Amino acid sequence: MLLSASGIHHRFGSLVVLNKVDFSVSSGEAVGIVGPNGAGKTTLLNVLAGALRPLAGEVRFRDAAITGLDAAERCRLGIGRSHQIPRPFLGMTVFENLITAAMHGGRFLAEEGHQRCIDSLQLTGMMQVANRRADTLGLLDRKRLELARALATDPALLLLDEIGGGLTDGEAAELVGIILEIRRRGITIVWIEHIVHILVQVVGRLICMDAGQVIADGDPKTVLGDKEVIDAYLGGVAA
Amino acid sequence: MSMNNTVAVQRWTRLSIASISLVVLFQLVLAFAPLFLSANAVDRLTTLFIYGILALMWNALAGYGGLVSIGHQAFFGLGAYGAIRLADAGMSVYPALFVAAALVAALSLPISVVMLRLRESEFAVGMWVLAALAHLLVNLDPLIQGETGTSLIALNAYAPDVRRAYTYWTALFAMVGLAWWVFWLLRGRLGTAAQSIRDNEEAAASVGVRVLSAKRTLFVLSALGCAVAGALWVATTISFQPKTYFSVQWSAFMLFMVLVGGIGTFEGPIIGAVLFFAVETAFGATGVWYMIGLGGTALVFALLIPKGIWGTIESRFGIRLLPVGYFLKSDRST
Ligand SMILES: Nc1ncnc2c1ncn2[C@@H]1O[C@H](COP(=O)(O)OP(=O)(O)OP(=O)(O)O)[C@@H](O)[C@H]1O
Ligand SMILES: [Mg+2]
Repeated sequence: MLLSASGIHHRFGSLVVLNKVDFSVSSGEAVGIVGPNGAGKTTLLNVLAGALRPLAGEVRFRDAAITGLDAAERCRLGIGRSHQIPRPFLGMTVFENLITAAMHGGRFLAEEGHQRCIDSLQLTGMMQVANRRADTLGLLDRKRLELARALATDPALLLLDEIGGGLTDGEAAELVGIILEIRRRGITIVWIEHIVHILVQVVGRLICMDAGQVIADGDPKTVLGDKEVIDAYLGGVAA
Repeated sequence: MSMNNTVAVQRWTRLSIASISLVVLFQLVLAFAPLFLSANAVDRLTTLFIYGILALMWNALAGYGGLVSIGHQAFFGLGAYGAIRLADAGMSVYPALFVAAALVAALSLPISVVMLRLRESEFAVGMWVLAALAHLLVNLDPLIQGETGTSLIALNAYAPDVRRAYTYWTALFAMVGLAWWVFWLLRGRLGTAAQSIRDNEEAAASVGVRVLSAKRTLFVLSALGCAVAGALWVATTISFQPKTYFSVQWSAFMLFMVLVGGIGTFEGPIIGAVLFFAVETAFGATGVWYMIGLGGTALVFALLIPKGIWGTIESRFGIRLLPVGYFLKSDRST
């Protein structure tokens, strides 16, 4: 098991957002997470990445407990992440955003780090905007920057949160290609995404969350056909 | 997309090499200033250098660490006090200025442990309380004689002209040294850490930046610089009255210089210091209206021109005179 979380429990005020969630992913796997708005997907990702300390539960990475480690230390161990609402370093250029990630999260020394960043820019198709200040980027580029920056930290595990929203069919196909390439390089992927048809082109396993719980976990086709999943996921629309 | 070999990382441009050379040249000219400038001009320049140090330090802390302090007069006052104490104990005056600053910097490390636990506005207030506390404690020292104060009498051993020149050179050395040091730090690991924290603390942590340790470094650096400034101030004015040194006006000055010049840029605070110096020279440094004018201008900038003068120029024209960044150069784009 590359990463596992057990008994994760969290509340915001009186709202239980994660209700004793167990989650694990093994090395080389690509896992998708779906679920209706407010299901607790992002909160779970924050717990895995160390941005949020849960009220109860344990997180392990490569068989060591990392529950007490903060986000920076987890990143240095090899857990990279993107943010659902992009958080670029606005006063720095795209390339400098990546350099920061490579220098600190990736612990690369100068030259090696530069190469890693160039590589990550090429993979995500951001070479053309490399020297633009991040505050001049539109939303789609900011999302791509999230991905490119996370890659620059040289992660073993990549946690992605809704990087596919608002794409045209062509752009979506391109994104699928990028993620498949990342996977091919041996990086384990956990990907939260509402756009299921993009997700299933990449992941071998699908998890569905609802109201702070995992309600289905397994082969994507089986999960998407699950009655509970259909009710939870489409409930809001159908009802 | 296999243009791998045609891509290179550039950290210097022609413009920045030219401007650095100019800066170095200018610093050399400044070094000889006491030989050809009037006594009054030399004194005024010494004051300008001290303002420059203060602006640089406040910007390092607030502009890069996101830590807005209204209590750095604590370190300013302690630096001056330390110099007086050390000189009283028999240490040679000019070395004492730096030793005092180093001691204050050492003291700021345990202080940072407490202060950096505080969040934003709590931090600002916490620092203000610290300044008040430092003021009270210094007043307890009989050598200081309460608010009557004392003076750096050891300086009387020097003839006025010699003293003026020595103090000038010391201030120039301190400002230039600190500025290059900050520049060097910003070009290295601390630079990317600090800029990312400035822009988004949570995102910085998510890419592996050790936020707390970077902030601690900036805090100690700013304490050191403000203490040097305080020690230099007592060397120029000779008299030490706790009330003046631990006054919140120093924070107001720093705020003004940094906000007007351009917070979070390397060049901005220097421009802010020169501007502040010019304003002070023009209007005289006294009176309620002067303070209100300064505060008002800083407020206008904070609200309407948040990037300050240099930040606005930099983002509009994309120039960086003293480059701390990384430019990706490919043969295709040039
Ligand atoms: N910091 C917070 N404080 C209070 N409530 C929060 C906070 N963050 C999230 N919540 C609430 O917790 C619940 C779960 O939020 P979360 O962001 O994990 O959902 P999600 O599954 O990612 O939803 P979406 O698909 O809309 O992104 C929501 O009801 C949300 O409003
Ligand atoms: Mg979410």
